[in-house]
Amino acid sequence: MLKTSAAVNGHVTTPSAVERHPWTGRRHVLDLDDFSRDEIEEVLRTADRMKDVLARPIRRVPSLRGRTIVNLFYEASTRTRVSFELAAKNLGADVVNIAASGSSVEKGETLLDTARTLRGLGADIMVLRHPDSGAPYTVARHTDLSVVNAGDGLHAHPTQALLDAYTIRERIGRIEGLRVLIVGDILHSRVARSNAWCLARLGADVTFCGPPALLPPTSVSDHDRAPWPARVDLHLDHAVEGVDVIMPLRVQLERQDGSRLASLRSYARDYGINRARLARAASHAIVMHPGPMNEGVEIDADVAHGDRSVVQQQVTNGVAVRMAVLYLLTAAVRAAAVTDAEEAQKPAAKSGNATNGRKA
Amino acid sequence: MAHEIVEQNGGVDSLILLGLRTRGVPLAHRIERAIAAFEQADVPCGELDITLYRDDLLAGQVRPLQESFLPTDVTDMKVVLVDDVLFTGRTIRAALDAVMDYGRPRSIELAVLVDRGHRELPLRANYVGKNVPSSRDESVSVRVTEIDGNDEVVIMRSAEVRESRTWRSVS
Repeated sequence: MLKTSAAVNGHVTTPSAVERHPWTGRRHVLDLDDFSRDEIEEVLRTADRMKDVLARPIRRVPSLRGRTIVNLFYEASTRTRVSFELAAKNLGADVVNIAASGSSVEKGETLLDTARTLRGLGADIMVLRHPDSGAPYTVARHTDLSVVNAGDGLHAHPTQALLDAYTIRERIGRIEGLRVLIVGDILHSRVARSNAWCLARLGADVTFCGPPALLPPTSVSDHDRAPWPARVDLHLDHAVEGVDVIMPLRVQLERQDGSRLASLRSYARDYGINRARLARAASHAIVMHPGPMNEGVEIDADVAHGDRSVVQQQVTNGVAVRMAVLYLLTAAVRAAAVTDAEEAQKPAAKSGNATNGRKA
Repeated sequence: MAHEIVEQNGGVDSLILLGLRTRGVPLAHRIERAIAAFEQADVPCGELDITLYRDDLLAGQVRPLQESFLPTDVTDMKVVLVDDVLFTGRTIRAALDAVMDYGRPRSIELAVLVDRGHRELPLRANYVGKNVPSSRDESVSVRVTEIDGNDEVVIMRSAEVRESRTWRSVS
C-alpha cells in the first residue's frame, strides 16, 4: 500500500512549552493513519460547535473570510462535493468548484499543472477527489497547497470516516469499546480503510466481512498482520452477532471487472443487510451507509429507511464535520506560517519585547 | 455594577446577560446572582464563545471552539455583554457580530470588570468595574474563583509580576 513520508503528511514537530493544540503542525488531511486520537477527538468536539452554528437562524460564521477553497473533483460525487462546498461557504470562505469534465483536464492538463494553476489563482486549500490512489499526496508534496483528500481511488476517504465516527458517537454516545462491522467489497473501499484507522484509533473493535475475493488478501492469510487495524470474518451471520454498528458498503459496480462477483442476487443473499440479520445485532445497533445505496443488494429498503438507519444523519453531519476539518486545518496552517516567520526573525530581535496583550 | 445595569435599563424587563468565554461567563453569573438577591428577579444569563468571529484566526493560534448557550431568543431583548478585560475592543466587535447572527436585539450594552485602555476600535463600555491605566507591553489578567481558584487582577510586565491587587466583589 501507499507509504507516506512524515514531511508530506503534516506533523513537522517544533518543540514548544506552551500548551499545544492537537492540530498544531498539521498541513494536510490525506488519510487518518497519521492522526492521533487527540486530533480525531478535536474534530468531533469542533463539529459539535459547528452543529450549533447550523442550528441558528443564520447558519454562517465569518471565520474563513478571505480564504479560497477549491473543490477539484475528477470523479462523480453529489454528497461529498456539495457537503464540502456548503461547509466552506458556512465558514465564510470563497469556494470554487471544478469538475474534471469541462476544465483544462479535458485538454490533457496534468493534475499537478492544474493544482499549480489553481494555487497561482489564489487557492489556499484544495479539496481533491481523484480516481488514482495517492493523487492527493502528489499535490501535497509538489505544491504549497493544503490538501484535503475527498476520496482517492481505492485508498482513503478521511472525512467520510470522521463523519461516520461523529454519527456513531452522536447516536450511541461513545465509540470506545464498540463493535463495528463493515460488510462488503472491502478490497475496493476507501471508506472501509479510513474507517478502520479512525475507529480503531478511538478504541472500537472493527471487523471486515465480505466475499473472500473482495477482501484484502493479506488479512485473510494472516489475521494478525492485516494491513489495517481490523479483523476479518468470512461469515456474516456469525460476524453480525451482537455488534453495535453495521456498515454495509456499496457494491461498486463501476470498479468490478466481472470476475469477483457471481451475481447481485447471490450477493444480496449472502452479504445483504436485511431485517433478520439486523435482529442478530445488539438491540441498540445502528445501520450506516456511505451512499449512494443499492437497495435490495447490500441493504434492504426497509432497513435502509428503518428506525435503526442513520444514513440521513450521516449526510447532515457531513457538513458540520467538514466545517470542523476546514476550520482546524486553516488555523493550524496559519499558526505554522506565523511560527515560521517568528523563527526567521529570531536572530535579529532577541526575546523580551514581545507584546503581552493577551486579551483583545 | 449589577445595580447600575438594572437602574440604567429601568428594571430587569427584557434583560439578558451574556458572558463572553472564558472569564466573562462567571462574572455574568455573579451579576445574575446579585440581581436575583436585590431584585428578587431572575435574569436570563447565557454564555457566548466568539472564536469563529475573531479577526485573528489568521494571526496564528489554533483556538479550540467552546460552547455557546443562549437561554432565550435575543430578538427584542436588551442584551448586556459581560467580559473581564476591555482592551483593543476586537473581542467585543466579534461578539456584536455573533449576537446579531442569533437575532435582532433591541439594544446591546457592555459591562467589563477592567478597562485597561488602548482601544483599536470606536467602542466603549457602558459599565466599568475599574479603569486600570496600563501600558501596551503589560498584560492585565483577571482571575476568578470559579476558574482560577481565587479572585484577583494581575498586571504583569515582561513575565514578571509588578503589581497585584484583589477585588472581592463585582457588584
